[in-house]
Amino acid sequence: MSSSRVAAWVLCTVLTVALCRWLERAGARAGDDAGPWRRALARFHHDRVAMVALWLVVAASMVAALAPWLAPYSPTATPDIVELKNLPPSFAHFMGTDFASRDVFSRLLYGARVSLSIALLAILLSATVGTLYGAAAGYYGGRVDAVMMRIIDAALSVPRILLLITLLVLWGAVPVAALIVVLGFTGWFGVSRLVRAEVLALKERDMVVAARALGARDRDIILRHILPNVVSPVVVAATLGIANVIVIEAGLSYLGIGVRPPLPSWGNMIQDGVSQIATVWWVSLFPGLAIVATVMAFNIIGDGLRDALDPRQLDG
Amino acid sequence: MIALLLRRLAQGVVIVWLVATLTFLLLHLAPGDPVSATLTDPLTPPAVREYWIHRLGLDLPLHQQYWHYLLSIAGGGFGFSFPHHRPVSAVLAEALPNTLLLMGVAIVLAFTIGIVLGVVQARRKGKPIDWGLSIGSLFFYSMPDFWLALMMLLVFAYWLRLFPASGMFDPVMYGLMGPWARAVDRLWHLVLPAATLALLVTAAVARFQRSALLEVARQDFARTARAKGLDERAVVWRHSLRNALLPVITLFGLALPALLGGSVFVESVFSWPGMGTLTVNAISTRDYQLLTAVVIVTSVLVVLGNLIADLLYAWADPRVRLEE
Repeated sequence: MSSSRVAAWVLCTVLTVALCRWLERAGARAGDDAGPWRRALARFHHDRVAMVALWLVVAASMVAALAPWLAPYSPTATPDIVELKNLPPSFAHFMGTDFASRDVFSRLLYGARVSLSIALLAILLSATVGTLYGAAAGYYGGRVDAVMMRIIDAALSVPRILLLITLLVLWGAVPVAALIVVLGFTGWFGVSRLVRAEVLALKERDMVVAARALGARDRDIILRHILPNVVSPVVVAATLGIANVIVIEAGLSYLGIGVRPPLPSWGNMIQDGVSQIATVWWVSLFPGLAIVATVMAFNIIGDGLRDALDPRQLDG
Repeated sequence: MIALLLRRLAQGVVIVWLVATLTFLLLHLAPGDPVSATLTDPLTPPAVREYWIHRLGLDLPLHQQYWHYLLSIAGGGFGFSFPHHRPVSAVLAEALPNTLLLMGVAIVLAFTIGIVLGVVQARRKGKPIDWGLSIGSLFFYSMPDFWLALMMLLVFAYWLRLFPASGMFDPVMYGLMGPWARAVDRLWHLVLPAATLALLVTAAVARFQRSALLEVARQDFARTARAKGLDERAVVWRHSLRNALLPVITLFGLALPALLGGSVFVESVFSWPGMGTLTVNAISTRDYQLLTAVVIVTSVLVVLGNLIADLLYAWADPRVRLEE
């Protein structure tokens, strides 16, 4: 193991620990007058499981960021496809090698980078589009709302994976950037429903009525008075949404229409092992475990945030 | 009740129409067309291309194409599948019963086990068993469907050799079997795919049922039941569960898209000859016609499922019925 790689692992560990400790302390210090985010952290602080999930997500993000310095081998190099292919896990290759003699562990680290960044960017897009659409529907109400929501009903009646398969087959091989856009634009229906419901309740509140009485324009009312109040449900939905996008992207890459080889994503790595799953099981096992761990962590954090940010639970 | 049914039915028709319109738009926004995607040989004579373009109506103005498209869908026709050399409706008619069988078994299993697990958890809230089951159901809830299917295949079909790895029946012996042996053989092939699909949904049902019960347990009638000296078992099973089952009916409608999406992967891993396997095979053959048909048929199934859920809800909850 080269010294620079040892240094990178140490740095990764130190950064992870430092960031998590900092978040924990911020939660521990939160008083009664703390804002919602602090208070959410404080709740996390008492919840052992949520804290473990937070550590896991921070660690995964660090690994993704530092992948090139952490990985022992190149993720795409095929050193010897006769002698070094399909090696079982060993000291030299923690997670074995695949059919092309590539190191599964190195690909897993790079895969974290690909899968997590795709999920993050796609969910940012989904959350933005969903929030704007839902806010518009809820704010204008009436017939506009009815039409906009019927479209959402229709979109939600088709399984997202089926919609994505059809789109990606129609459009052929798409680059990663286009994949992110497609994932983002098929993931906002749920968010928009949520935001609409919030906005419907918010727009009857005194602050909005007052702003309207003072002659504020629709755009300003939506941007200044309504949207800030829907941030926390959207954040909860986005956190749970990241978990969902990771699974969906993995599924598409597994089918060969998402992230294309040789670029590793956790999904297409699983596909690499499918044809010989009975004998070379490690190629499919480890990326799957990485997905389960990460997705579970995001789900736990999302659930925790929902409990923590719901103001109705404050008196409880 | 009838009014409710009719209104829901009308909404369902609108939803399917919207889905059909969206897929039509997608088809025409996409680069290329079915003819050039199928006749990939550059030496194909132009006359052949023109023949197919004309036969498929691709030379008509867009609004006429749209109209023909809607008419054919309303009549249950979805065009012609080139890779299968058959009308799409014939291909789907063979696959749909297999998918429905798999989903039906998975739904029954998942909802029975999930509801029981949810009740167990809610009764022992905060105890180790609740904690363990919560983590367990989150574990399966977070799992990619195709990976779970692969692992089930690896463990139960290849390592333990308990169940067959693929198909609906034994390709060699089936023809020689008597009726009973055939039934057992089919059941044996159903176990792994149905269990995989059921595991994924059970996790969601258990999570949902647990929180629904805990919600109900706080309400006045539960307190009254406890106050009059009923033991906890009776309070939960006889009084709370009835009310906590209502949201689970909603979940039935909500779970359908996820279940149909999941069956795409589960079917293809276990080579179950249903719509999911068709979908995955249609990817490599670029079978547009089949894919759009699957999208529309799926939305019809989801709409019907939600209709059933609504009716069940109205049947179970007098408040909904009386509101009409």
